[in-house]
Amino acid sequence: MQEMTEAQKYVWEGAIPLQIHLHESEVTTVPPPPPAPILAPRIGYLPLLVSLVKPHFSSALPPGVDTVWFEYKGLPLKWYIPTGVLFDLLCMEPERPWNLTVHFRGYPSNILLPCEGEDSVKWSFINSLKEASYIINGNCKNVMNMSQPDQVELWHSVLNSGNLESYQRVSSKLKLGSFEDEYMGNINSSPEKSQQNTGETDAPAQVKIGRIPVRLYVWTVSKDFDDLEDAPQIDSWDKVSYINRPVEIHKEEGKYFSLHDVVKQLLPEFFFGSNFTNDGDATSKRSAEEEENSTKLSCKAEIAEIKLVRIQGIEPKLQIPFSWLVHNLMNPEHFLHICVCLKVSEVSTT
Amino acid sequence: MDVKEAALDISHWDGTLSLNDFSIAASAFSEKWKRFNPGVPPWSWVPCPKQHLVSSHRVEGYLQLENFCCVKSSEKELVEVTLTQKAESGRSNKEECFDYATLVCSEQPHEVIHYDFHIVYSASYRVPVLYFRAYHTDGQPLLFNDIEKDLPGNSAKLPSESKWTFITQEEHPYLNRPWYKLHPCGTGEWMKLLFLGDPLLTVKGQLIERYLVSWFSVVGQVVGLKLPLGMLDSIVSTYSCTNDEKNGNTEK
Repeated sequence: MQEMTEAQKYVWEGAIPLQIHLHESEVTTVPPPPPAPILAPRIGYLPLLVSLVKPHFSSALPPGVDTVWFEYKGLPLKWYIPTGVLFDLLCMEPERPWNLTVHFRGYPSNILLPCEGEDSVKWSFINSLKEASYIINGNCKNVMNMSQPDQVELWHSVLNSGNLESYQRVSSKLKLGSFEDEYMGNINSSPEKSQQNTGETDAPAQVKIGRIPVRLYVWTVSKDFDDLEDAPQIDSWDKVSYINRPVEIHKEEGKYFSLHDVVKQLLPEFFFGSNFTNDGDATSKRSAEEEENSTKLSCKAEIAEIKLVRIQGIEPKLQIPFSWLVHNLMNPEHFLHICVCLKVSEVSTT
Repeated sequence: MDVKEAALDISHWDGTLSLNDFSIAASAFSEKWKRFNPGVPPWSWVPCPKQHLVSSHRVEGYLQLENFCCVKSSEKELVEVTLTQKAESGRSNKEECFDYATLVCSEQPHEVIHYDFHIVYSASYRVPVLYFRAYHTDGQPLLFNDIEKDLPGNSAKLPSESKWTFITQEEHPYLNRPWYKLHPCGTGEWMKLLFLGDPLLTVKGQLIERYLVSWFSVVGQVVGLKLPLGMLDSIVSTYSCTNDEKNGNTEK
């Protein structure tokens, strides 16, 4: 079992102070109930807070069946996105405490997946873990064959977030830690042993040593801003693109694989010339190596620029070894959640 | 990168597709569907639906078959049985079995259920995934329990955990809305089994062209959609004939 790092502890103990207000339409008392102050674990999920939120408002609620959901400035919050990621994504300039609104009625089932409490969250977590396992090992066997006690322990370590030790004990049995931390200087490790290859042909001089589960969230702004406080609000999920995208790790002699390499792989059009306006093959983008260091792109009448890359509340430099990020900042379901803000503006052609 | 003519060693293939293979497989599938199911709506390709994320991946998109109508069965009767019987009482033409639109009009007492099917590529599992949703004529979505009731015999007799692991309600990766999804974690494995030992499969291009038809012949049944046998037969006959003629591809 690997020793836990300082950064891992920070992630596991990380919490966001929330101030939860009852939506005015559901207030039945005068004066309305005061907001509930709650510390929400970064790696946790909003429905897991219901047992804390509900007693606070129970006296003010109208009678009936409860379907609890949360909202931030009118945007219903997706419950299966870790709370820390929601905060990183929706609160460009971190707001503390984070003012959320809770609803006990009128579940927006056209936008949000149905949530039947802890069970829904647990299975969403396990399905993500299975997906991560498939990405890393090419199968889900270790997750599927997890013993019942291990499954319970794993889930409880996330539920009572902070129990990193017990998490690591169970998680290490899943054998998902194939990607060595290059930053830690594991010089003795050979890349071959870490990953079984799926039989794809490798690019010359580069060795594909594995796939890493990444969930990418991209939101776009149209106006520039210098201060994060002036960043426009995300008022609709249609303005955010999020997708699970495995990152393929390539290793080159004498070089480490950086966050820069990852963003380049996930969003190549912001590094290379526009290749989707002509009929060029998708691989032709690799020809424009000289543009590698530019994060600007002109495409048709648009210029897109990467404003911000945020992971677990920090904005890492693009030169940082990706292995360090994966090792230290991934969520317990083995996905690294990367939030990217793009500024897209019209080109003023001369 | 032309992979079509690459020689294929099926025993080393893991049952998965690349994104590029998927888009080729998708167009082969929708072509064939059109040919063998003239009475039903065609599958259409929806390209690059997410801005600024996947625009770099030019082949990215998904197949959709929208507003597919089914007559809701009574209690324990299977949907497909109902449909077949009605079809037989009507006309005997083989293709009529799949002309659900005709059936719907003639059957007033039964409720009509509308299905939308999407075949989406999963970059994680490297296989196609079936997403679907079902709704009443007034647009009201069907609840999971109602959908489960309408599933054909085999898939309805599922352990209680299936709700979380087999058919799950998840967000559509491109539409950001709740859809039902058949979980893909075993797909690669059974696709490999399906193709293993097929002596006709010697070139990767053939495998890609046949992939979605074979895949759908299994996945479609879970939701009560059967492929016409002709669609499967045609692959065999086309390729045995192709092999005889030593002629690359007659499917154009």
